[in-house]
Order: sequence, then structure tokens, then C-alpha cells
Amino acid sequence: MSLKIEARPETPRSLLYATPLLAVALTVVSGFFIFLAMGYDPFLALYHFFISPLLSLYGWSELMVKAAPLIMIGVGLAVGFRANVWNIGAEGQLTIGAIAGGVVALAFWGDETWLTLPLMCVAGILGGMAYAAVPAFLKTRFGVNEILTSLMLTYVATLFLSTLVYGPLKDPLGFNFPQSRMFGDAALLPMILEGTRMHLGTVIALAIAVAGWVLMTFTIVGFQVRVLGQAPAAARFAGFSASRIVWFTLLLGGGLAGLAGTFEVAGPIGQLIPVISPGYGFTAIIVAFLGRLHPLGIILSGLLMALSYIGGEVAQVEVGLPQAVTGVFQGLLLFFLLASDFLVRYRIRRRAPAIQAARSAQAAEV
Amino acid sequence: MSLEVVALIILTVISAATPLLFAALGELVTEKSGVLNLGVEGMMILGAVAAFAVAVTTGSSSLGVLVGALAGMAMAFVFGVLTLTLAANQVATGLALTIFGLGLSSLIGAGFVGIPVPALPKLAIPGVSDLPIIGPLIFGHDVLVYLSLAAVAGVAWFLKKSRRGMILRAVGESDISAHSIGYNVIAVRYGAVLFGGAMAGLGGAFLSLSYTPLWNEGMTAGRGWIALALVVFSSWRPWRLLAGAYLFGGVTIAQLYSQGAGGFGIPAQVMSMLPYLATILVLTIIAAGPWKGRLNAPACLGKPFRPST
Repeated sequence: MSLKIEARPETPRSLLYATPLLAVALTVVSGFFIFLAMGYDPFLALYHFFISPLLSLYGWSELMVKAAPLIMIGVGLAVGFRANVWNIGAEGQLTIGAIAGGVVALAFWGDETWLTLPLMCVAGILGGMAYAAVPAFLKTRFGVNEILTSLMLTYVATLFLSTLVYGPLKDPLGFNFPQSRMFGDAALLPMILEGTRMHLGTVIALAIAVAGWVLMTFTIVGFQVRVLGQAPAAARFAGFSASRIVWFTLLLGGGLAGLAGTFEVAGPIGQLIPVISPGYGFTAIIVAFLGRLHPLGIILSGLLMALSYIGGEVAQVEVGLPQAVTGVFQGLLLFFLLASDFLVRYRIRRRAPAIQAARSAQAAEV
Repeated sequence: MSLEVVALIILTVISAATPLLFAALGELVTEKSGVLNLGVEGMMILGAVAAFAVAVTTGSSSLGVLVGALAGMAMAFVFGVLTLTLAANQVATGLALTIFGLGLSSLIGAGFVGIPVPALPKLAIPGVSDLPIIGPLIFGHDVLVYLSLAAVAGVAWFLKKSRRGMILRAVGESDISAHSIGYNVIAVRYGAVLFGGAMAGLGGAFLSLSYTPLWNEGMTAGRGWIALALVVFSSWRPWRLLAGAYLFGGVTIAQLYSQGAGGFGIPAQVMSMLPYLATILVLTIIAAGPWKGRLNAPACLGKPFRPST
């Protein structure tokens, strides 16, 4: 008996949605062995990583706080990935958005009005868009690869933030710590759950995911994005402008990342500090793929990846696991997901007997 | 500026360039076979931490270098299984490799922060190495520096003159034709990917054992990505890659020296942006320049291949 691998003529939906679960299961199993190898009690470690954060209301609220930026950025990136536009500099766009929103908050410092917060959000979106416009311009005008430029700009953005908080934006009464003043109350996002850090941005993030779904499913632009990604030749034939899609997806991704950055500084952080994000911009890439580049799937995958951050923190406190385990888990999860995609695109069958194969070949020729 | 100072600057430029050269040269060969591995940063940093950990625990830096290369290779093997055997998306897999490598390296390296490491062996030729200026400049480097230069010559010869090199290029230019005249496309690509991993691992080993002989979380600081840009800069030519790597070594050192000299009133962080901005500038010049038609990218770069029979 010999086995044959062949492309599936059609992608079964059930498999498309089941494989992310398979990938998660495989990651948990690998986690078991990694913890065992590191000399921890694997059951206890897994419990604190994946379960104990979900046993309290506070845990769930923190989950939402961490999932919000992941979902917002993931939705924006997914639209780009659908069109084969690889913006991997969302971390930098988030940072610039945080700076832009933060500068507005500090400019109003002392006399904030009801306008301050909306202006911060607008500034954050524009900041992120402007930063994503650089790779968009370089790609559409000169054909420079957006992967490398958007990533290089991430390092530049982090250094720029650090220049500001060590320099011009440093709190004059802050004992020389590298941080800005605390934002005034009117420059902070309202909390929606007493006693937690769950802010208005978490609800907005969910609304954005729904809006992303509407965009991709019901609008012409969404259709163009999908065609350009799946059949570039057909898109050219239909007269869709590839440049416009590049601009659109990068500006959308940058704007959402920028808004996420503003939400971070106006929400859980409340001031500008040298490090705004624990790698949300990069984790959002995994979130986008794990959610199957589908805005509603991204809500679920965003929550799951948020759990990997909180689980990492809880496991660090409770079992003494190094924080780096989170990164290992995230990488493993993406590996397993990409590997299990093979099952979606190909099937393994017993090789048909020779005569039958010849017959079917003949039939195919006719 | 005295000659000794100039010699010293050139020395530091060479050592800043060497990790880039290793990683970029490996990626060049990988890309020539038609595979785009964006995981250079991940392979490099795992090489750095593996080399460092082994050098500290065994006291042998040579063993560390070897293990660093093997660690890079192991990561490249994972990449190969996913993209070559399972035909996964190369861009996404490369990103996964980087995220995984950064996480795993800080997990492994947690116990090694702030520990000194035994030095790499230097090429010491009695009499000659002690000559002023010329001695340290030509004969005073770590063995790995000479290895990187030899590797450039070796890769240039391999790609241009050797039969296997031609097969590798054929696979990268037209996988279907290469397959139909009987070459094993997947096997050739595995070879190229593993070589790329070993070289990225060596680059990482040089970084943690020689350039800054200390382990720091995330110490590659984007060098893997700069190496990827260098391959584009070189338009897939090994000797031009050498020039590019040394140019970037120069930018890094110029930036460090001017920071040391007070930075002309410019904040240190702004100076540190220079290598990244230079990368963007160089990529733009390469893409926009009049030599556009001769960019030379392998025709099958980044496209998955599955033999149909």
C-alpha cells in the first residue's frame, strides 16, 4: 500500500476552524513537556498558566484589557495579510500612536476638557497612519519591501519614544525618572467595571472587530482586498488598483495600531513611559493567523493570546516560571498552526490501483 | 588621528560587520535556492545564547561556536519541515521562527546574564602578529573573522563555478524545470536552508562570544533583519554583500564613536536610530536607482513548491 498526498479540490470549512483548536491542544501538550524538562510540576504550571487567571472576575477583566490591543491590531493586520501586504511594524505604529495621543494629553495638561480624549484618539490614529504611510509610500513609489521597512521603523519608534521620555516630555517633578507627567483625569479612558482596569477601549475593540467583519464581507473594498490576495492576475484584469489596496491596508493597520497605542497610555498606563507594549504589535501577527484572518475569529484568538500574557504573569508569581515562557508558547502555537494548515490544504489517500489511475487520467484529458 | 587609532577603528568596524556578514551570507544562499527565510533574527539569537551557554559551562569557546551553528541549523530545520515538507507560508513561518527564537533564547539565557565568557581563539602567528598596526589589523582577529571572509570566497565560488551551485541556482530560478529534468528541488532547498541556519548561528555566536562577550536578552537587536536587507542590497552577490556588511559595520561604529564624543548635542537614542534608518535608505536607493532592471532576485523566491507526482 502506498500513500499519496494530493491537494484538496475544496477547503472543508470544518477543518479550517478545527485546526486552530488542534494547534492550541498541541501547544498545551508541548508546554507540559517543556515544564517537565525545566523541573516544574507540569500540572501545577499549566493550571496557573491557563486556568487560574480565568477563575476570578479580575482575571477576566485583565484578559479584556490585554486582548483589546491585540484584537484591534490583529483585525487591521488581517486585512493587509489577506491582500498579501505584510505590515509587521504594528509595534512601531502602536508606539507612535501612543506618543501622538500622549503629546495631546500633555499639551492639555492642567486644563483638560471633554474634547481632550477624542482629540487624543484622533491624534493616535493619525500618528499610526502617518507612520504606516512611510512603508506604503516606499512600496508603491519605489517597490521597496514593506516587511523590512515597517520592521526597521519599529526600532526607530522605540528609540524616539525613549528620546522623548528621557528628554522633552520628562515629568519636571518626577525625580528624573524617564516618564512623563500622569495624564489628567479627563485624558483617561473611563472605566467600565468598578475595581478593575477594564476601560472603554475594550468595548471599542470588540466593535472594531465587528466593523472589520462588515468591511471584509459586505463592501467593495473588502472584496477587492480578497481578490487581490487570492488572484492578483484577476484583480489586475478587473482593474483594481494594487497601489490603492497597499495604501488602504497599511493605513488601516497603522491607524488601528495607533489607536491601540493611545488606548494603552490613556487606559492601563496613564502616562508615557519608555516601554508601552509587551510586544502586542508582534503578537497580533499570531492573533491574525490564529483567527484565520477573520475579524470575528480574531476576537477569540485575541482573548487566547491575552491569556498567554496573563498566564505567564500568574505562573511567574505562583510557580516561579520565567516570563519568557510566554514568547515560547506564542511561537510554538504559530508553528503548530502553520503545520496543521497542511491538513486543510492537502489530503493523504491510499494510492489508487494503476488501471484506475490511468482511466481517471484519461478522463481528465477528455 | 594617529595610525594606531585608525587601525583600532577599522578593527571595531570589522568586528561589528562580522555577525552581519555571517547571517547575510547564509540567507543569500537560502534565497538563491528560492526560499525566503525571515527567521534570521530568531536563528541568530538562538545561536548566540547556545554558544554562550556552552562556552560558559564547558569553558571551551570553540565548542560554543560549534553548538551555536548547530542551534541555528536546528531552527532552520524546523523552518524547512514547515515550509518545504508541509508547504507552509514562508513569510508567516519565518516570523514564527523569530518570535519563537527570541522567547526560547531568553528562557535559556535567564541564568547567564552578567557572566563573563572565555575569549575566542585568535590567530596568533609569532613575530608577525606583534608588528605595529599591520599585526593587529591583519593577523589579530578572532578565528571567526577569517572564517567569515573565507566563507564569502567559498560561497562566491560555489554559486558561480561549481556544478552543485548551478543546480542550486536553477532550483531558485525555476523549480518546475529543475524538477522535471530530475533534480530533487526539496532536497536542494533543505541543504540551502540548513546552511543559512548554521551561518546565522555562527553570526550569533560571534556576537555573544566576541563582539559583546556577554549575554543580554534580545541582544541581536534587529541584526537578523538588517542581514536580510543586506542580501537585497547586495543583489544576491557575495562580494557585494561583503562590502555592504562592512559599510553597515562602519555606520554602527561611527554612531558609537560620536555618542562617545558627546554626540554633537544629539541624544544618544537618536544616534542609535542610524543603522535602522540607513537600512531603509539603502533599500530605497537600491529599489529606486537606475540599475532597477538588474536587481537579480531569484525568480522563485518565496514561492512554495510541491512536486506533483
